[in-house]
Amino acid sequence: MKKEGKLLGLLIALIMLSSVFSGCADQGTTTPPSTTDATSKYGGTLVFGSSGDAVRLDPADVTDGESIQRMDNIHEGLVMYEEGTTSIKPALATEWTISEDKKTITFKLRKGVQFHKGFGEMTADDVVFSFARQYDVNNWYHDKGEWAYWGYMFSDIEKVEKIDDYTVAIHMTKPNSSMMTSLAMFTADIVSEKAAKQYGDDYFKNPVGTGPFEFVEWVKDDHITLKAFEGYWGGRAYLDQVIFRVIPDPSARLMALQAGEVDGMEYPDPSQLEIIKQNPNLQLVSQAGMNVGYIALNCGEGYVDKNGNYQWDDGEEVAVPGEFEPFKDIRVRQAIQYAINKEAIVKNLYNGAATVAVQGMPPGLLGYNYDIVGYPYNPDKAKQLLKDAGYENGFEVTLWHMGSTSRPYFPEPTGIAEAIQSDLSKVGIKVNLFTEDWGTYLQDAEAGKAPMIMLGWSGDNGDPDNFLNVLYSDHVCTVGSAGNYGFKRNAPLQKVLNNALLTFDQEQRDTLYKLANKMIVDESTHVFIAHADQNLAFRSNIKGFVIHPTDRKFFYPVYKEK
Amino acid sequence: MGLLVIVLFGVSIITFSLVRLAPGDPAVHLAGEHASPQVLENIREKYHLNDPIYVQYFYWLRMAIQGDLGRSIESRDLVTNEIIERLPMTLELTLFAIIIATIIGIIAGVISAVKQYSIADYGVMLGALFGVSMPVFWLGLMLIYIFSIQLGLTPVGGRLSIGIELQRITGMYVLDSILTLNWPAFVDSIEHLILPAFALATIPMATVARMTRSSMLEVLRQDFIRTERAKGLSERTVVYKHAVKNALIPIVTVIGMEIGLLMGGAVLTETIFTLPGLGKYITDAILAYDYPVVQGFTLFFATLFVIVNLITDIVYVYIDPRIKYEG
Repeated sequence: MKKEGKLLGLLIALIMLSSVFSGCADQGTTTPPSTTDATSKYGGTLVFGSSGDAVRLDPADVTDGESIQRMDNIHEGLVMYEEGTTSIKPALATEWTISEDKKTITFKLRKGVQFHKGFGEMTADDVVFSFARQYDVNNWYHDKGEWAYWGYMFSDIEKVEKIDDYTVAIHMTKPNSSMMTSLAMFTADIVSEKAAKQYGDDYFKNPVGTGPFEFVEWVKDDHITLKAFEGYWGGRAYLDQVIFRVIPDPSARLMALQAGEVDGMEYPDPSQLEIIKQNPNLQLVSQAGMNVGYIALNCGEGYVDKNGNYQWDDGEEVAVPGEFEPFKDIRVRQAIQYAINKEAIVKNLYNGAATVAVQGMPPGLLGYNYDIVGYPYNPDKAKQLLKDAGYENGFEVTLWHMGSTSRPYFPEPTGIAEAIQSDLSKVGIKVNLFTEDWGTYLQDAEAGKAPMIMLGWSGDNGDPDNFLNVLYSDHVCTVGSAGNYGFKRNAPLQKVLNNALLTFDQEQRDTLYKLANKMIVDESTHVFIAHADQNLAFRSNIKGFVIHPTDRKFFYPVYKEK
Repeated sequence: MGLLVIVLFGVSIITFSLVRLAPGDPAVHLAGEHASPQVLENIREKYHLNDPIYVQYFYWLRMAIQGDLGRSIESRDLVTNEIIERLPMTLELTLFAIIIATIIGIIAGVISAVKQYSIADYGVMLGALFGVSMPVFWLGLMLIYIFSIQLGLTPVGGRLSIGIELQRITGMYVLDSILTLNWPAFVDSIEHLILPAFALATIPMATVARMTRSSMLEVLRQDFIRTERAKGLSERTVVYKHAVKNALIPIVTVIGMEIGLLMGGAVLTETIFTLPGLGKYITDAILAYDYPVVQGFTLFFATLFVIVNLITDIVYVYIDPRIKYEG
């Protein structure tokens, strides 16, 4: 006992001593001083506080924002977004042509592009491999991933073909004009076939791309380090290193930012925005997010898609478990629209960091219809509509909400659900609240179990099709794998959406999607609540970060003022 | 050894059934929102999720016996890798917390017993009450706010400051820095560890203090102490040489139990202080229905628990000659 006591005493003394020493030490990050002159933008390490760790580092095999955040700085696709918008510009492809029948896009590849870590030049073989491993069951790499996004964003691609070393053709089963935007997504990033062969099952831990930063190390749940790729075709990045540090708790994230331990952070709580604005050492970067939070009203028109081909003709009508009789009357649906005070919800529950939604997709996208005013708050009108529909004494309904699962479009689901409950009680509708864990919630939603459900969507590629066809079309009234939780089929709308995919003419598409948006609002199966802002905070010496509508984070143009 | 196998077998069956009876589908979680039914079906096939439970268990057991706990559905990495990668962090945190809790808890408990009904006694008991009832997430945030933000003494979270190099040998940074004689890393890793270890230590500290106090009071009332005093030994010798030694016997059990509890209970501390440990890992895995991870982790943890208990019993025999294990 005695001996141990002495040893422990010594250890405690050491600990105390080290704290004393630390009091004298510099608390800042320990970046080596840059050897270039002070006005230069080059040099420095940016430490970014992320809310979670990446799951895997294979761009085609992830669906979560955290993995994508890392991937986006390591890999590139054939095309990329213009800074801060969802328009497309050349990346690994320098030009492309669309065939007469609009089913083939042929890309000329940029020559001399190098992969990281000495894996050589990027050629058509790497491009073919990056796609084929996702769609071709016979590809040697196919079994190593789930390729969840492929079936949902790229299923129109039939084959990717190598024409010569620097030319590839993408053949589609039908014309799909949103494909070009989709090709800027992480799923379509080009990876090195040689590296995939070398690392095999562990490739997801050793990503090799052509992007501005190359992968250095991944300490799970702690950090991922990237360093500037000296051989980047677009010129070396300003930053020497980008380190993504995992700090799940928003309070701890902000404290780390205030203390200068991180240079930037994502997803500040709405309650923290004021603190960030008040602090001269910090800057808040905000923009309307590419998302929508809504409530879907279950009208019960679901079917089973027997062939999985998203063609209603081949489906078989089935009962939807959550079908709710009153919602079949459009007047009841409209009454609910008028009864909910969306302005108050945005003001009180998003802390103002959102805009009220009046249609099914956020402003700024092609096809957003600025003529739509939506359903302003009007409880008297709601009561009248209920009376007309024969529900003068209201009814009782269960609203499903996400409970403690905070999503970008619903930062405080429980609070928002309670506000809706209280609004609807004022017009005589008794709302019971129900919640369950997120995974089960999504499954039950897709099975159509909810009569009235809160959900939302963050856009993938910035194309209107990625909102309208995913959330409101007939194709996704499929019980068991639904995306349209209103379960109301609308043939004229489907026709418009189909036509919009057949034309590559931007003006025509704009007109068609504007019409589609109006049809969706008129049908009134979804109560649109808000588009939440995306917020990031940085130390004030971080310059050049351009926020992107898709919430993807590109650190290539960022530099650190010394 | 035979008992260990039976315990682990039982634990694995129970975990296996529980995990699969819980509602939720790993496929949905893995494929994200709006995955096509085909993708979901492929995932279920791939991970044998469509087979009956006993068949799945058989698959798993066959692999586990060979030391292969399978791959995480979520991250695709080997479960053993995942555990080995995170264990040192949690172990280091737990050990530090136990050391802090034991030292402070025993000192406080002894003082409180020797000076029964004094201000010091009430102070210690009140402190213990606070220690037990203070939520660790609140305490953690308060500690960060005071020591990191206001006083700037310690880092906000993480394990090592950016720019400090450390060669990782055991994965326990304090130990690694000692092994490599890396003074800056040693100071830095201790700084990172001190607050979370203290926050994690509060509950066991309070438990140890209370146990020590009651155990001390009991010992002090015993005949042999009266004899010691009658022999004219100084109060100091009586208390610190004879009483404390005897009073510590039940404390050993408590500490043994606490080590197991702390390793599992480090979740909140690891979250607040953003430490990449096992606690946070297993929580995430449960939320993601990552069956192989939950099973592998439970098995691993049960083994650890049994071993820690065994060590406790051995130490017990060593310090209390009255106990003999037959068998």
